[in-house]
Amino acid sequence: MSSHHPASAADGLRLQSVVDAHASLPGALLPMLHAIQDEFGHVPDQAVPVIARSLNLSRAEVHGVITFYHHFRSHAPGRHVVQVCRAEACQAVGAVALEAHAKKCLGIDFHETTADGAVTLEAVYCLGNCAVGPSLRIDDDIVGRVTPARFDEIIAELRAEVTA
Amino acid sequence: MSTRIYVPIDSTALSLGAEKVAKAIAAEAAKRGIAIELVRNGSRGAFWLEPLVEVQTPAGRMAYGPVQPKDVAALFDAGFVNGGQHALSLGLTDDIAYLKNQERLTSARIGITDPLSLDDYIAHGGYEGLVAAFAMSGADIVKEVTDSGLRGRGGAAFPTGIKWNTVLGASADQKYIVCNADEGDSGTFSDRMIMEGDPYVLIEGMTIAGIAVGATRGYIYLRSEYPHAFATLKEAIRRARAAGWLGQDVRGSAKAFELEVRLGAGAYICGEETSLLESLEGKRGIVRFKPPLPALQGLFGKPTVINNVISLASVPIILARGGAYYRNYGMGRSRGTLPFQLAGNIKRGGLVEKAFGLTMNELIHDFGGGTLSGRPVRAVQVGGPLGAYVPASQFDMPLDYEEYAKNGAMIGHGGIVVFDDTVDMAHMARYAMEFCAVESCGKCTPCRIGSTRGVEVIDRIVANEQRGKNIALLQSLCDTMLNGSLCALGGMAPYPVLSALNHFPEDFGVDKTEAA
Repeated sequence: MSSHHPASAADGLRLQSVVDAHASLPGALLPMLHAIQDEFGHVPDQAVPVIARSLNLSRAEVHGVITFYHHFRSHAPGRHVVQVCRAEACQAVGAVALEAHAKKCLGIDFHETTADGAVTLEAVYCLGNCAVGPSLRIDDDIVGRVTPARFDEIIAELRAEVTA
Repeated sequence: MSTRIYVPIDSTALSLGAEKVAKAIAAEAAKRGIAIELVRNGSRGAFWLEPLVEVQTPAGRMAYGPVQPKDVAALFDAGFVNGGQHALSLGLTDDIAYLKNQERLTSARIGITDPLSLDDYIAHGGYEGLVAAFAMSGADIVKEVTDSGLRGRGGAAFPTGIKWNTVLGASADQKYIVCNADEGDSGTFSDRMIMEGDPYVLIEGMTIAGIAVGATRGYIYLRSEYPHAFATLKEAIRRARAAGWLGQDVRGSAKAFELEVRLGAGAYICGEETSLLESLEGKRGIVRFKPPLPALQGLFGKPTVINNVISLASVPIILARGGAYYRNYGMGRSRGTLPFQLAGNIKRGGLVEKAFGLTMNELIHDFGGGTLSGRPVRAVQVGGPLGAYVPASQFDMPLDYEEYAKNGAMIGHGGIVVFDDTVDMAHMARYAMEFCAVESCGKCTPCRIGSTRGVEVIDRIVANEQRGKNIALLQSLCDTMLNGSLCALGGMAPYPVLSALNHFPEDFGVDKTEAA
């Protein structure tokens, strides 16, 4: 999969074209980083000098911005990103138990990816789904009222997708 | 004639299966040869009934819910297309007590209209405020907003008109309107519901603000946790521009207003206005010193109105009906209405817009029906992760900015997170410090270091290591954070911690009588 090898010449061109498309926006860096992550699944280290040159920033400044925001990642995630809400409203209806179950069932901690590459687990602090928690975000879908049993079903569905 | 059927496209409705329900209804109708028009509306905000399906009948909209895909065939069998009775029937939507007993001004259209239909928006009173504003001077618009008594709905409750007046009075070649849509507080979703369910009201409010203060560009800074709101806003802006409601000459008024949505990147601190501006400029979201005020030196150093979604979305009705109309709701210095959000362990969670002055008991028990678990309510956290925990003994206090502040609490953005009697308040206090440590921008020491030390001290209290001494230390640490932090993150994280300690000392291993 090309997204795992952003250093290839074709990927270099793709990266440059994403950077160029956003360079003239006022306050361009965040929209540019979003576009890069949308394209490659993460912001590869190789992108840092390219961005820095384009926006006339130091590489340290670009690195600082990438690492400041929880959303940006410098390594490729699994095929699906599963975020577990840790915020108070979800805690009031069992999020602590769900978080423990998720880690145990996947055998990983937050910011890690399962060995089969199916799922990257992340924490999230509120999805705005606070009346029907505990909530998860799976890629761009929000799921409410997630019990441990429902979590297992969801993960099984995600894994089945690839083998199907 | 085809029957109009509504299935919400709101995130919460989707999170409970609304997409599958919509598909099942479309498929079943096709199979039976019944002509329907499927409208994807916002949510009415009665979330325990989602997915809430509505059918247009001559008597009004009939509600059914919560509907799952497996119920769809039976609903058709029961003739729900003509409003037929079924086990999931809820009667006329407008007669559902939860909705009927509200005072919806800001959220009047959510759930009723097709969020992306400009025709629908205008047919339901949309753009009346902006059209009225076209005929007014900037100063008159600002005066109307000032007279309405509207205060910042993001949490700080600063009078909106006064903020606008500062920007109006500033001279600059460029001014900006920035909407703070970084709704990161747990227990809040009213901004999201506006953006997903009635996006044009926000666009209209921002346009009015632009015309009032002479700003020709606006940005909505939206949190990245809201992918559906992002898609809806982008499409709504595109359509508004195509119809001439945004652009260089808004509907022939000779006023220019351009608008863009920008996505945050998962940093709670970017809900703080100066940190948000830094982020919009493409930097780390580090809090700025004030002064200068953003109203004078805001985005890119230019005079900037920065307001929360609900503040801006309340402006159109103020301009359409007049400041006095809005001011007529509420109590004391808290004028108008607030879309409260019932969240956490609550039986009937959702959006409840009411005038200020009602009590927590009315919200939690009359509207909310008590806890989801059926156990007694022990505490509620009001106003997000930086808001105090309020014990049941204070639930008769009127919801008013000043009344809450008097009791060491805050209404904030109106989010109410309910906990039953199984909650461990020492754990919640620890979480407040942990959250502050995760989300601190790192600029000031009380917040950056204090939050980490706070977690450690609470751990020692719970482990009964020199408990008395460590409680005194925690109180002193909270005092430093309260008084020494640069912004509300470090400055208010002590509220949940101290309120938990003061109201629920037994959870920290302290004898209640001894603590008092």
